[in-house]
Amino acid sequence: MLNIRMLSIRNLKAAINGMEILKGINLEVNEGEVHAIMGPNGSGKSTLAAVLAGRDIFTVTGGEIFFDGKPLLGMAPEIRARSGIFLGFQYPVEIPGVSMVNFMRTAINEQRKYRELPEMSASDFLKLMRDKKALMEIDSALASRSVNEGFSGGEKKRNEIFQMAMLEPRLAILDETDSGLDIDALKTVAIGVNRLRRPDNAMIVITHYQRLLDYIVPDFVHVLSAGRIVRSGDKTLAYELEEKGYDWIKEENQE
Amino acid sequence: MEAVSDKHILDNQLTDWYFDNRDQLISSSSSVFNSLRPAAMESFRKLGIPDRSLENYKSTDIPKVFLSPLNRYIGQRKILFAVEDLFHCDIPELDTELILLVNGWFYENRPKLQVLPGGMIIGSMSEAAKQYPDLLKQHYSKYADYEKDGLVALNTAFAQDGTFIFVPRGAGNDRAIQIVNVLLSPEDLFVQHRNLVIVEDNATAKVVVCDHSLSAHHFLTNSVTEIYVGPNAHLDYFKLQNENNNSNQISTSFVHQERSSDAVFNTITLHGGLIRNNVFTRLNGEGASNQTLGLFLMDKTQHVDSYTFVDHAVPNCTSRQSFKGILDDQATGAFTGRILVRPQAQKTQAYQVNNNILLTNDARMSTKPQLEIYADDVKCSHGATVGQLDQNAIFYLQSRGISIREARLLLMYAFGHEILSKITVDPLRERLADLVDKRLRGELTRCNSCPLHCQETC
Amino acid sequence: MNGDQDPIINQVTQREYKYGFITVLDNDALPKGLNEDIICQLSAKKDEPEWMLEIRLKAFRYWLTMKLPEWAHLKIPVIDYQDIIYYSAPKSKKPTGRFEDVDPELLKTFDKLGIPLDEQKHLSGFAVDAVMDSISVKTTFKESLADVGIIFSSFSDAVREHPDLIRKYMGSVVPYRDNFYAALNSAVFSDGSFVFIPKGVRCPMELSTYFRINAANTGQFERTLIVAEEGAYVSYLEGCTAPKRDKNQLHAAIVEIVAHTDAEVKYSTVQNWYPGDKNGKGGIYNFVTKRGICLGDRSKISWTQVETGSAVTWKYPSCILRGDSSVGEFYSVAVTNNHQQADTGTKMIHIGKNTHSTIVSKGISAGKGQNSYRGLVRVSKNAENARNYSQCDSLLLGDQCGAHTFPYIEVDNQSAIVEHEATTSKIGEDQIFYCNQRGIDTETAIGLIVNGYAREVLNKLPMEFAVEAQKLLQISLEGSIG
Repeated sequence: MLNIRMLSIRNLKAAINGMEILKGINLEVNEGEVHAIMGPNGSGKSTLAAVLAGRDIFTVTGGEIFFDGKPLLGMAPEIRARSGIFLGFQYPVEIPGVSMVNFMRTAINEQRKYRELPEMSASDFLKLMRDKKALMEIDSALASRSVNEGFSGGEKKRNEIFQMAMLEPRLAILDETDSGLDIDALKTVAIGVNRLRRPDNAMIVITHYQRLLDYIVPDFVHVLSAGRIVRSGDKTLAYELEEKGYDWIKEENQE
Repeated sequence: MEAVSDKHILDNQLTDWYFDNRDQLISSSSSVFNSLRPAAMESFRKLGIPDRSLENYKSTDIPKVFLSPLNRYIGQRKILFAVEDLFHCDIPELDTELILLVNGWFYENRPKLQVLPGGMIIGSMSEAAKQYPDLLKQHYSKYADYEKDGLVALNTAFAQDGTFIFVPRGAGNDRAIQIVNVLLSPEDLFVQHRNLVIVEDNATAKVVVCDHSLSAHHFLTNSVTEIYVGPNAHLDYFKLQNENNNSNQISTSFVHQERSSDAVFNTITLHGGLIRNNVFTRLNGEGASNQTLGLFLMDKTQHVDSYTFVDHAVPNCTSRQSFKGILDDQATGAFTGRILVRPQAQKTQAYQVNNNILLTNDARMSTKPQLEIYADDVKCSHGATVGQLDQNAIFYLQSRGISIREARLLLMYAFGHEILSKITVDPLRERLADLVDKRLRGELTRCNSCPLHCQETC
Repeated sequence: MNGDQDPIINQVTQREYKYGFITVLDNDALPKGLNEDIICQLSAKKDEPEWMLEIRLKAFRYWLTMKLPEWAHLKIPVIDYQDIIYYSAPKSKKPTGRFEDVDPELLKTFDKLGIPLDEQKHLSGFAVDAVMDSISVKTTFKESLADVGIIFSSFSDAVREHPDLIRKYMGSVVPYRDNFYAALNSAVFSDGSFVFIPKGVRCPMELSTYFRINAANTGQFERTLIVAEEGAYVSYLEGCTAPKRDKNQLHAAIVEIVAHTDAEVKYSTVQNWYPGDKNGKGGIYNFVTKRGICLGDRSKISWTQVETGSAVTWKYPSCILRGDSSVGEFYSVAVTNNHQQADTGTKMIHIGKNTHSTIVSKGISAGKGQNSYRGLVRVSKNAENARNYSQCDSLLLGDQCGAHTFPYIEVDNQSAIVEHEATTSKIGEDQIFYCNQRGIDTETAIGLIVNGYAREVLNKLPMEFAVEAQKLLQISLEGSIG
């Protein structure tokens, strides 16, 4: 298998309000791979996701990120998105008054413009919506609703994956997509995600619990603690972690 | 001190103007109008043009716009243009019964009064006073209180023409009635018109009012509209304000609702110089429900001041007010919304929100939502915000590849969407949505004419 | 309203005002009426320096040119300012500040009010300045506070002992020209408290002033001035009561607070002036101007008020947020029962950058009471990143009362975020039923619900006061159901 390098994170440091959260992250992600990032609350998982997506409340204080060979830092969030980075939000934002159709059509056409492709016709777009909704088993009324407004927790998370299906990212970062979901909703989301796995894309799955990884099986598992990746391994690491708890990592780390 | 004496001069000027022209006014109008003129004038002499010393007019300098030199005429002036050549509403599927007012006078491209299928009567107010004096006596000046507001007094003292809409008992028409108020003059002009809308028991009507200026002159309009919504009647009233930036407008509307009636009063303000909109609503019959809405988009040095007053006089009524504003450049805005729940008005539900977005540091907004409640079994709330676009929402949109400019536009559009979505005339809503989008993109900024139609007129 | 609730209403409206007793004292009083001569005599009685008399006369002359404010949502009968006694002091030995020298009748009075002036008996952690009618009777712990550099004294003493501080700060926040009642107070104020916390000092105990009106036909015009120097902290409490009298009495006070860089001042009030009887006869007219200025960066002023008394209340404790990152807070519970009227709220004037303000107002109306919230939030042009959040709730008990909300929001800076929310509702029947179903009677349930409703504000009071305020709320409203 040809390992084409997609994402390189080198000694990444980031802070918020002067407090350093990420203290030197190193991570390499190749095409076709699924990486799971696990860690206790406050270890910096969501910060890492936000920094990758370009959230400006965090200040990058050191290190580099390359995405498809290009430096990512300094790139506006929307350019990152158009280049193929997708962030599945832990807390998807409600935007009253903006319909899902309008929202998605704008997003797709902005991406196509960036890639020098013609705008998608209305009928092609609606067909795409229909296909993806079917794929994600999404209620067809969703399209006429405002973005995430009045959605249940499960609906919001499914809506994130639906958007991922629409936008077909190179790299999807799913930030605690499992949080707040019951087991059925979790399965539905996982099935959706698995359908989107391809040899030419990659995923970073951020989770606190191992159970999501029963359904989205990772190639690599990394454990984040206090702003650093303290352990990496294959999927068995997740089970080990589940068994021994995060204290095990913390203790081991201190030794 | 100087402003006070200016106001004094102004009040005296307008009073003199009345007495100098009283005979002409009376001889050319029906007794319905004439009978109230002396009392209205007396009241005007007491009240005068409202200035900033009045709590309700704190945010807007009304005497100032009256003091700028404008030509005032009693009789109708000949229009030197063929209005129908200039104006044709270009909303493709908007199928309406049209009434045209030019500078406050009924424009006779149609019969002065038309009886539509189903018995609806529309046309000129002056003509209605001649043909239906009893009907007018029943409603004219019954809702507009000239003893409380100098501008209403002034309008009542000089009332001559305007639009008249009568929807008899049980009548209904899906076709909207469209009133187009055109300002078109070879010189700067002061305009007043007096309008009456009567929707009787179980009747239904949709009214669309469009205010446009077709020439770039300075205008000042002082209009009063009385609206009666009878038992079980239903009225949708939409007002689009789109005049040039030299046009100042004071528009006062009185909505009187009877038992189980339902009314929507929605004002969309896209352009204008100084605008003051007063909407007084009285819920006078149990089970009545009212929505008073407004959206304004202002830039340059435009100023818009919305005043609403909802009077819950009886039990079991519902009112909802929502006003939204976006202010750019040095635009200034004000909102005052008062809800009064009288002691007997139990089981009232009254809600009010006013949200505003300031896009620049020079824009300014003041807002005064007010609740005055004398009954205990009620649900009332109000809320007001002044702020910017939600940074989290902008980031969410950016993270989906949408540029910051486009994200801001989308959010501003979404901000106004709630108000636009209440427009029940589909083609109008779609067209207005498009206009708002264009307005937000800055594509309508130079227009000093009706954007609903041709651009070649200006 | 259903019939079987009427006895409960009656019980409430006929409740006794437990602080309504009169102390029999000989008074040293000036004759009724207000003119320059009276002011000179008043000043002389207080042994005041010439400059203070000058201020009084200037204020008086200005007051004569002023008109009564009429914008408040209040119905106030015409007040005859010549029919009021402007100075009345318990005629005991000249106050010496020594406990042994205080008239035993006065001690008894304050004991009865729950404010023992004997330092041995006093609540731990509290120092008290007790003011009866026009003069301060006793200030406790004055000496021990002085050890750490804190000045806590009656205003009259401070005028004599710390003239430089008084001249520097008095009128700097509320100038005599500010409003009608401020001008009146500046002309005739009799006593009050002065607090000065020097740089870096955290005041080790709660400071409090207890105001008591005793004499008939007397107006009380006190003045409080609190100055917190750089990094200083103080929590100050104010309590008030008056005897039951058929005639209305006037109270027009001024409170000024100055907070320098990094200083914090908490000002709490439990106002329980005599509210008048169930027919609206008698009671105190409470017209108060309270204002603080956050002069320095990161300074903070916090107002907390529980207003249950007075026939008419007109007061707007305000914050001028001049220093960058300064903070203003206003927490209020106002109860109007029977014929009481209140028009109260706050002003938050944002001038400095990154200034924050919070307003939480809980109005409770019962009987024929009228309760208005009136507040202004102004964000000035240069107040970058100003934030305000206001929440004003009104609760109605009974169908003859009124609750009104009049916020004014003026924003002149685009980076501001100002949010105002208000709700008005009656007490929830489902909540009462839920309590009933758990075996709690309606009266207790209302007390619980109202206290829950006011919790956010009561929590801001120092512990001892919070308990007192909670009881007061319960007494004011017990059983009052609509």
